[in-house]
Amino acid sequence: MYRSRRRRLVGLAYLAPALIFVLVFTGYPLGQMVWMSLHNWSLISPPRWVGLGNYKRALADHQFWVSFVFTLKYTVLITPILIVGGYLLALLTAANAPLRRFTRTVVFIPVVIGLGVSSLLWYWLFSPTSGVINRVLLDLGVISQPVLWLGVDDDVSNAAIIASVVWKVIGFGMILFVGAIQAIPSEVIEASLVDGAGRRQRVTRVILPLTRRTILLVTLVSVIGSLLAFDQFYIMTAGQPENQTATSVFYVYLNSFPYLKLGYGAALSLVLAVTILIFTVVQLLLTRRSEA
Amino acid sequence: MRRGYLVGAVCLAICTVMVMPLVVSVLASLKPTAEAAAAPPTYVPHGLSFESYERLWDYQAGLPTYLLNSLGTALLTIVVTLLLTVPAGYALARFPIPGKEVIFVVLLLALIVPYQALLTPMFLMFARIGLTNSLLGLAIVHAAIQLPFSLYILRNSFAAVPRELEEAANMDGASSWQSLVRVFLPSTVPAIVTVALFAFITSWNEFLGALVMMSRSDKFTLPLILAAARTETSLGGTDWGMLQAGITISIVPCIFVYLLLQRYYVSGLMSGAVK
Repeated sequence: MYRSRRRRLVGLAYLAPALIFVLVFTGYPLGQMVWMSLHNWSLISPPRWVGLGNYKRALADHQFWVSFVFTLKYTVLITPILIVGGYLLALLTAANAPLRRFTRTVVFIPVVIGLGVSSLLWYWLFSPTSGVINRVLLDLGVISQPVLWLGVDDDVSNAAIIASVVWKVIGFGMILFVGAIQAIPSEVIEASLVDGAGRRQRVTRVILPLTRRTILLVTLVSVIGSLLAFDQFYIMTAGQPENQTATSVFYVYLNSFPYLKLGYGAALSLVLAVTILIFTVVQLLLTRRSEA
Repeated sequence: MRRGYLVGAVCLAICTVMVMPLVVSVLASLKPTAEAAAAPPTYVPHGLSFESYERLWDYQAGLPTYLLNSLGTALLTIVVTLLLTVPAGYALARFPIPGKEVIFVVLLLALIVPYQALLTPMFLMFARIGLTNSLLGLAIVHAAIQLPFSLYILRNSFAAVPRELEEAANMDGASSWQSLVRVFLPSTVPAIVTVALFAFITSWNEFLGALVMMSRSDKFTLPLILAAARTETSLGGTDWGMLQAGITISIVPCIFVYLLLQRYYVSGLMSGAVK
């Protein structure tokens, strides 16, 4: 009895540092954020209670909706490319032949570099006169004048940024899909061969249904990541033209730091956090079920 | 047979597309100053030089400062993450703790709330206690981001250590600390490597947190100073050569670590996604 109580205390002692860390550096800021969102606060003047005023203000804020819709548009456009593209790459490279393995390794390389750095790289590639992309397109005769890819038109900017992010993260989904495809028992594949299933049928009737959970999972991870997009827009367009390419996180950042509307920024953060929470809960429920 | 060639061709085409941006960037970093600024750009450098690296070396506070900031933050992130999650993972896997499930959920809090949303209150708190413009402060932000993943990996890894090993150590009269050091740590090396690897990559690459926490330019990490340099004008435009040199220096450690520890990387990713 004494031993087990002592063991409990020892266990708690091992746990304490992490628990305190999370309470101080995640729990406390979370509470502070809720409190801030109910106040008007600009660092210069003391916080003033406004109740739900900041939230009401967001609903009537034109830029809040511009940012929200733009972020959704980015998410809706990039997610299918990442999922379908990543899955096709996985089908191509799942077998463990040398060249396919090599391709898998190469496609994954951009995943390990930073999004900020890859955005800078693409900022250069897309630059109007010094960039390689316009040079290639001009040399091939696809365009007759340099295209202004970034920060002039919101749709063109979006397309260019999506291309760069697809390059950067497509290997992430691919690697998870490869794992799921390789986890299919070989008897299942063999049985489908015995049944005379062609290559296409094997994919649509056997492989796709058996990797459904991973597809859903990667979709959720991609959606959450895209809804939180910041680095690529901050670096490649700086929100231009006229904040039309400022994503939701970007708008939170603008309000909290350059504008110092701390309370309003906190309210926007909370709206964002709740949106993300919905997707995260679905993701956690999904993975929970897989363990059972 | 013909299909084999087709697959081969497709694989090579994909590899080319994926590698090309990196190759072009590394080559551009080696162009002499005048050629690096040329518009339209040359595909392959006509001459090789390290002038872009020399300019980066002396840029503002100097490359060594920024490299040390990035490296220092990354190492501190690894240390903080391991110091917190190794004992916590051990406790969660091996000790009878009341309310364990609840505690585990609290510890995974950072998983549910995106850190991007918490940066403003964190900044205010850090400003009060002097942790802004501090490598340790930024490392704390990065460790908070990495904590749920790391704890999850380590808890599972500690739980998988055979009970007999622990019992044998207890027979010999080992304390819980001794069995952690002598029995558990040696048998969970792969998990610890995975946690350290991901902590390094996250910290080395992270941008928004550093942007918020570091306002003094001599405290900038590599991605920050490069992002600042992109709008810097020298000779009437961005110094592209220097930017490419900085990009090359930023990505080389990541690719090196990835190729070296590929196995850990992929297994970590799989268990991370299946939280």
